[in-house]
Amino acid sequence: MTTAITLSGVGKRFGPTIAVDNISAALSAGRVTGLVGADGAGKTTLMRLMAGLLNPDDGSISVNGDIGYMPQRFGLYEDLTVSENLRLYAELRSLAPAEQPAIFARLLDFSGLDGFQTRLAGKLSGGMKQKLGLACALVATPSLLLLDEPSVGVDPVSRRQLWRMVHELAEQGVGVVWSTAYLDEAERCHEVLLLDQGRLLHVGPPAELTKRVEGRCFVIKGGADRRKVQLETSARPDVRDSLIQGASVRLVMEEGAPPPKVEGHEVSAVPPRFEDAFITLLERKAAIPTLPPRHRPAVPTDGIAVRATDLVRRFDDFVAVDQVSFAVKAGEIFGLLGPNGAGKSTTFRMLCGLLPVSSGIAEVGGRDLAHAAAQGRQNLGYMSQKFSLYPDLSVQQNLNFFSGIYGLAGKTQRQTIATMRDVFALDPYGGTNAGALPLGFKQRLALACAIMHGPDTLFLDEPTSGVDPLVRREFWTHINAMAAEGVSVLVTTHFLDEAEYCDRLGIIFAGKLIALGTPDEIKAQARSDAIPDPTLEDAFVALVEKAQTS
Amino acid sequence: MNRRRLLALMVKEVLQIRRDLSSLYIAFVLPLVLLLLIGYGVSLDAKDIRLAVVLEQPTPKATSLVAAFRNSTFFTVTELRQRQLAEAGMVAGRYRGVVLLGNDFDALVGRGQQAAIQVLLDGTDANTARLTKGYVEGVWTKWLGHEARAAGQSLTLPISAETRVWFNPALESRHFLIPGLIAIIMTLTGTILTALVVAREWERGTMEALIATPVGRLELLVGKLAPYFVLGMGGMALSVLVGLVVYDVPLRGSVWVLALSSSLYMVAALSMGLLISTIARNQFVAGQVAIVAAFMPAFMLSGFVFEPSSMPLWVDLLSRVVAARYFVTILQTLFLAGDVWSVVWPNCLALTAIAAFFLALTWKRTRKSLE
Repeated sequence: MTTAITLSGVGKRFGPTIAVDNISAALSAGRVTGLVGADGAGKTTLMRLMAGLLNPDDGSISVNGDIGYMPQRFGLYEDLTVSENLRLYAELRSLAPAEQPAIFARLLDFSGLDGFQTRLAGKLSGGMKQKLGLACALVATPSLLLLDEPSVGVDPVSRRQLWRMVHELAEQGVGVVWSTAYLDEAERCHEVLLLDQGRLLHVGPPAELTKRVEGRCFVIKGGADRRKVQLETSARPDVRDSLIQGASVRLVMEEGAPPPKVEGHEVSAVPPRFEDAFITLLERKAAIPTLPPRHRPAVPTDGIAVRATDLVRRFDDFVAVDQVSFAVKAGEIFGLLGPNGAGKSTTFRMLCGLLPVSSGIAEVGGRDLAHAAAQGRQNLGYMSQKFSLYPDLSVQQNLNFFSGIYGLAGKTQRQTIATMRDVFALDPYGGTNAGALPLGFKQRLALACAIMHGPDTLFLDEPTSGVDPLVRREFWTHINAMAAEGVSVLVTTHFLDEAEYCDRLGIIFAGKLIALGTPDEIKAQARSDAIPDPTLEDAFVALVEKAQTS
Repeated sequence: MNRRRLLALMVKEVLQIRRDLSSLYIAFVLPLVLLLLIGYGVSLDAKDIRLAVVLEQPTPKATSLVAAFRNSTFFTVTELRQRQLAEAGMVAGRYRGVVLLGNDFDALVGRGQQAAIQVLLDGTDANTARLTKGYVEGVWTKWLGHEARAAGQSLTLPISAETRVWFNPALESRHFLIPGLIAIIMTLTGTILTALVVAREWERGTMEALIATPVGRLELLVGKLAPYFVLGMGGMALSVLVGLVVYDVPLRGSVWVLALSSSLYMVAALSMGLLISTIARNQFVAGQVAIVAAFMPAFMLSGFVFEPSSMPLWVDLLSRVVAARYFVTILQTLFLAGDVWSVVWPNCLALTAIAAFFLALTWKRTRKSLE
């Protein structure tokens, strides 16, 4: 197999930060190579180095043939139509005019954009934009195709189509590099470069890595006790990783440890996943400090903490949220799942009273927050998707400010802040400006600021977006602990596997709520002879296809 | 440079201009609005000055002087009988000046020694006050001459000056302002047009995809300059047309010299915008910088209103790096005097140097990488 690109000892620094640290690898033509890691792991920098957009500080890169590159933001001209975009890139790559019609026809057919030639690129859906970006990167049939996070903002159906397209290309001999923060995507690659903080943790077929944890993965049927089981098992020294998966708890045991025994629960061995193996590559962290107990929130008479009734939000003639109804019980973790742009954040903002509804009713604790704002918001914690703390205030100043505006003062304030600094490991960063924190700590600080005043209801908008799997587990430990104390938690996510941690889920697609239920109930909807044990993604795809045909 | 790639870039730019009309607004509507607003608003002439004439005794002589004031296009005259009314009116801002013709007006004029009329001026606006004084004196002198001739005498003044004003015989300040204004407007539109476009590509992420293709620096640069050059020159033509038709400014030079010097200036302005855009990579910042860096110096230091040669030496020297200074001189010369080569060539040369400087700097800052 020919080598498409060779990296030898490649390093890249931006000021004091080492973005890419001494990476050596050879990527083959005709293969799909996954560049896998959390945000800030160095994926984009490595992509840009390979595309020749950045020059390495150390080492060298040698490319064999032409490169097609699709940056994270597609590189499409939104005010140009589909075919104008294609023609532009064809001309820029000096494609012979005589060949163009045939190539365009093939690419349009391949990307499923046939019939949309005259549509402006800006008016395409996320998935279609991604496919057009891919088509534009393919006009000159490159020998190496670099795709920077192509599955961000893409619904699961389009994502599957993209993967199919990419594998087809590999069969034709193109080398494909696909960067992603979704660990489940790693399993679809021929080869994986696993990045963490600029360093290469693993190179090779993903199965090679998952094989290492073979025989160490188990599922405990937890039922109603699953949170307790998860909490107990995660503290055991022989358990490397423990997380909630639907009604069960998934365990990865330490090397050589015997299968776990949990009183009163059924334990069964399961095949390992890529994420299980990834966790074992990361350094094991000390036990996560827990939040101190708090007063239990008063349970509303009907037991419902948050209720959305026929919520609609229009932006001009675009319907962002369309007739969404659901109810979140007190003490429940409720997840809103959907691709970027589906309407999750808009629903959130309406519930919190930050955005007026076009029609319908949004209630938190029995109150419409758009009208009963002040009292209602005191019982509410909100962590927005975008980093919304003051970047030029220090960690301590941010904590002071946010506890202050929620009315904490004196000894209570000092104690609460001390607890937050301790629980979220912010102590070493007390004097650091929030804007200069590493991403994981920014998210920790944001969560701390949202929960300091002990809210009864917590709205977390993409809280774990961009953090590594360990920080994600830490977040979920805290979220679980708060739910156990009776706090109602609403969380949005576009990580399908993360949705398994929730008690109940609502799946949002194109502004509509297309499914509602526990993760296991939703998965069961997709069960068929072909897929006896469907994943949440299988279910999502089935639901979307059903929604589109009806 | 690859012709097909260049053409593709220009076609793309034209399509974007057609879809997103903001460039068209900047090129055509902005100059029009500014020309009409500043053209009508800023005038160094005083016309229709509100003048009160107090006539304490309406003798035939006095009435004929009032008629002389009325006939002047400079004044809008209000006739009063009592000086108190006039003074109160001036305090209230109703009159910019007051001319007092007392009871003894006839007698004083007859003797010709003592001041026969008294003039009060509102000095809050010194410029208008000075003009008013001049105009009142003019009417007065003319009337005296007329009276003398009517009486069969000739008015003898110790010295008589015969003034001829060259280039702008009507002394219309607008004729002098409009060419300068066109230069200022072209600075603004030229710079803003390009200041936004490269920044926009960075903001939307298309620049990253673009530089990953085989496109060269020269193609990028020319591909951006050429479409906006055409657009900017269109705006320029429109502005000249408005100057000629709406404001009646004469064009005494030849059109081709005007086109040539404007082209040079347009390249300088567009390159400055490109440089700002390339460095800022953010539309908001680029827009702000363009206004401050292009418009302000052009307005203050170009000689459009304020003559740099009468400024302190260091300001005068500073103004010499402002391209607008040379273009204002060229335009004023072309419009009011004609093709005066000794003025046009050196200034064109300066424009070429400045344009080349900005182009070179933009060229240097246009990188085929993200660093």
